[in-house]
Amino acid sequence: MTLGLESWTLARPEIFLAAATLLLLVYGVVRGEVATPFVSVATSAVLLITAVLIFAPYREGTAFASLFLVDRLTATMKALVLIGSSVAVLMSRTYFEQAKAWRFEYPLLVALATLGMMLMISANDLMALYVGLELQSLALYVIAAFQRDNLRSTEAGVKYFVLGSVASGMLLFGASLIYGFCGGTAFVQISRALLDGRAAEFGVIVGLVFVVAGLAFKVSAVPFHMWTPDVYEGAPTPVTALFAVAPKIAAVSLLVSVLMGPFKPLFLQWQQIIIVAAVLSMALGAFAALRQQNIKRLMAYSSIGNVGYVLLGLASGSEKGIQAIVFYLAIYLVMTLGVFATILMMRRRGVMVENVSDLAGLAKSQPMMAFAMLLFMFSLAGIPPLAGFWGKLYIFIAAVEAQLFVPAVLGVLASVVASYYYLRIVKVMYFDEAAEAALDRTPFGVHRAVALIAAVLVAVFSLVPQPLSLIAAAAAKGLFP
Amino acid sequence: MSSWPILSLVTFLPLAGAVFCLVVNGPKEAVDRNCRSAALLTSLATFLISLVLWLKFDVAKADFQFEEKLDWVPALGIGYHMGIDGISLFFVLLSTLLTPICILASWEAVQTRVKEYMVAFLVLETFMVGMFCALDLALFYIFFEGVLIPMFLIIGVWGGKRRVYAAFKFFLYTLLGSVLMLLAIIAIYWQVGTTDLPTAMEKLNLPFTWQCWLWLAFFASFAVKVPMWPVHTWLPDAHVEAPTAGSVILAGVLLKMGGYGFLRFSIPLLPEASQYFSPLIFGLSIVAIIYTSLVALVQEDMKKLIAYSSIAHMGFVTIGAFVMNMQAVQGSLFLMLSHGVVSAALFLCVGVVYDRMHTREIAAYGGLVHRMPRYAFTFLFFTLASVGLPGLSGFVGEFLVLIGTFKANTWVAFLATTGIILGAAYALWLYRKIIFGELTKDSLKGILDMNRREIAIFLPLVLITLWMGVYPSSFLDPMAPAVDRLIGDYQAALKLARTAALAP
Repeated sequence: MTLGLESWTLARPEIFLAAATLLLLVYGVVRGEVATPFVSVATSAVLLITAVLIFAPYREGTAFASLFLVDRLTATMKALVLIGSSVAVLMSRTYFEQAKAWRFEYPLLVALATLGMMLMISANDLMALYVGLELQSLALYVIAAFQRDNLRSTEAGVKYFVLGSVASGMLLFGASLIYGFCGGTAFVQISRALLDGRAAEFGVIVGLVFVVAGLAFKVSAVPFHMWTPDVYEGAPTPVTALFAVAPKIAAVSLLVSVLMGPFKPLFLQWQQIIIVAAVLSMALGAFAALRQQNIKRLMAYSSIGNVGYVLLGLASGSEKGIQAIVFYLAIYLVMTLGVFATILMMRRRGVMVENVSDLAGLAKSQPMMAFAMLLFMFSLAGIPPLAGFWGKLYIFIAAVEAQLFVPAVLGVLASVVASYYYLRIVKVMYFDEAAEAALDRTPFGVHRAVALIAAVLVAVFSLVPQPLSLIAAAAAKGLFP
Repeated sequence: MSSWPILSLVTFLPLAGAVFCLVVNGPKEAVDRNCRSAALLTSLATFLISLVLWLKFDVAKADFQFEEKLDWVPALGIGYHMGIDGISLFFVLLSTLLTPICILASWEAVQTRVKEYMVAFLVLETFMVGMFCALDLALFYIFFEGVLIPMFLIIGVWGGKRRVYAAFKFFLYTLLGSVLMLLAIIAIYWQVGTTDLPTAMEKLNLPFTWQCWLWLAFFASFAVKVPMWPVHTWLPDAHVEAPTAGSVILAGVLLKMGGYGFLRFSIPLLPEASQYFSPLIFGLSIVAIIYTSLVALVQEDMKKLIAYSSIAHMGFVTIGAFVMNMQAVQGSLFLMLSHGVVSAALFLCVGVVYDRMHTREIAAYGGLVHRMPRYAFTFLFFTLASVGLPGLSGFVGEFLVLIGTFKANTWVAFLATTGIILGAAYALWLYRKIIFGELTKDSLKGILDMNRREIAIFLPLVLITLWMGVYPSSFLDPMAPAVDRLIGDYQAALKLARTAALAP
């Protein structure tokens, strides 16, 4: 409980990331715009090195007077976030170069946002949680509006900022209520107060509802999802790719550690909220995406639906449920990065296009790209034997074991509806003839490599899900020692 | 037992061919030629290896044979467990037999994207064979659902005018049923702690209400696949739009997945519920037999007519499966095999004239016997086999089912028998319209009879149909011990439930 050396060793990855980001910032400021390519590649590398630092050597415990917690679960989630951010930075160059917005601040903002995400994942205190969350959010608001001469991007940024602030406000309000009724902001204190009989207090419940609402906004669960489609569509595509993975995983992790940690004694209370949010998210994610033409918007609804499945795992409140979440998120990360790598390759005569119909005839003009997309789509739809199926299976096993039969049935039915729009993309690529000129062939580069690696990983996870399930099991041990 | 993992070999050998097709490169003609030959050779090799299964199969045993067991995902209690018994043996053979025939039948009919076509068919074969061999519920589900992916592409890419609609309908219908089955499988896993089928059969002991829910979940999946009335509407669409080979696999193998599922999962795992719901099955099956036979009578499209006739035949299968006595179950299995061969052949017959005239409309034909005597003979042969002429395969299955049903429930048997009369009506009507009469249409005056490739396709099917009709014992004997055990376990479970219910 002291600020001794132990604290600094535990926070070593975060400290490294912060220091490296600041150094790169100085370098960028001194060298100016010419530094951009180097800063960008260096940031990706720094993010990956940070991920390595988490596990080499791996230490766990609490630090900084119990503000900061490292265990298997937080470490695994951080690794997923870092991979997501790193790949998102790598994939952004061509897009921004073409949009004449290729500045060194972009990768650095992503790094800062990622730092915020790591802090919120590790938060062990409501204050630490809020600080991490705001660091993340502020950086992300800027990134969403990064293409500032583009109306849509600016609009996305402002929308995200306004609604995000409301959510932060709700979270803060809830936190203050909980502080008032429980007498502390540390997770340990809250948990102790709840076990001591504070759980029945009305104010605590109200506080909990506000905290959950604030976090539900961050994971874009229904009914706090309104910002997602607009922001996903308006933001520059590499930013959308980032939004779809890193902040989402971080926020889910935060939700899990808050609800399964200090608020575990209120399980029956929050379980109802989470079940409703899960079912609504799955249903909205399935139905609203049916008619979308813009593929980024479609992916926004798809991500809402996916959050629904994750929340179903959380609602089960069991160790299996947490394993299922980690497992699901890891596969979701791979599939989503693969899909966005493909979307970033969609250009016709050098211009980016982003409508589903632009993919028409892709199976003929670029069979490999179409095949990769086919794998991702069937996997997202959860059709066996592809990796996405295992994720859904894991979630549903957890839900059935927790006797959440009705939500499970609604969940599988929603997945059938959702499979329609994933299939529609396959249909456009394979069944339709190209109306216009074929999409440009992208020379081998980052995007092709990411799509290829993602497709290979999807195939590998399909056949050998066991290692991933072991990682998930180890991670869940963090909450269930 | 052989130390070779022969079931895995049969299952995954087609994938090797698919990988070969994927990596072949070069000018289009060469690639097409190589892919066709590679696909044919791999599927023939698979068929030959699967014959070893039959030769080495121990006819006296009721247990699963050629078992292979590996841990796959121990975290979820899922194992790679393969094995066959008398019930599944012939379905494996049916799948491996029809695949090379399909590839041969598409030799000239498919000219676009040949490589992808062959890959899809080989992947499809892997999933089909794997599904009949799987002895793990989750593994079974993976193969069962996996089939959808290649079939969706086959209908959607190489199908007819309304192919997109048909492909989506096929996919979504089947998926909707299957996801409910997935939940049932999860519930079984939750109760037993593993998805291993033999273990589940031994240990699963659910209260009656639970059995009913799970039974309905399985039913949702298998009834769509069979397909039973009223969830059959995807079938005519899928059949009509699919390319000939797609229809062959749909009718020949995919429809059998439902009947097989009932016998492999619903009945042994949930015996009480199976008994409780058997009147429902009988009712739906009788409606299917009579109603779809009548619908078949008014069709204008040859493929649609045969598709409706398939639904009617499947009605006999489901009745037989749930009557649960020796004759009926054996008859039901035999009828599935026979229908697998005969309806596949009928679709191929349609394919022969479709390749020449590019229409399936019945009105566009007539008097073909004058130009195509060999074709007329083949078509007649399979029409009669489908109608149930004694001496051909269809008769044995229908007769056994009806005998068994008569013992159990006279009315069901009586109503089902009307289906045979109606069946003769529409099948012979179709035959008369297409083959007999004067050859008046100008477009038909230059039509050519079957060539050597086509004869090679039909010859094995003709021989098998004769064999099954004349000497059915070679098929019924290997089935007998497994069916006997299935019925024995079923009766024992019911007896146990009854004594439990009577006990104070």
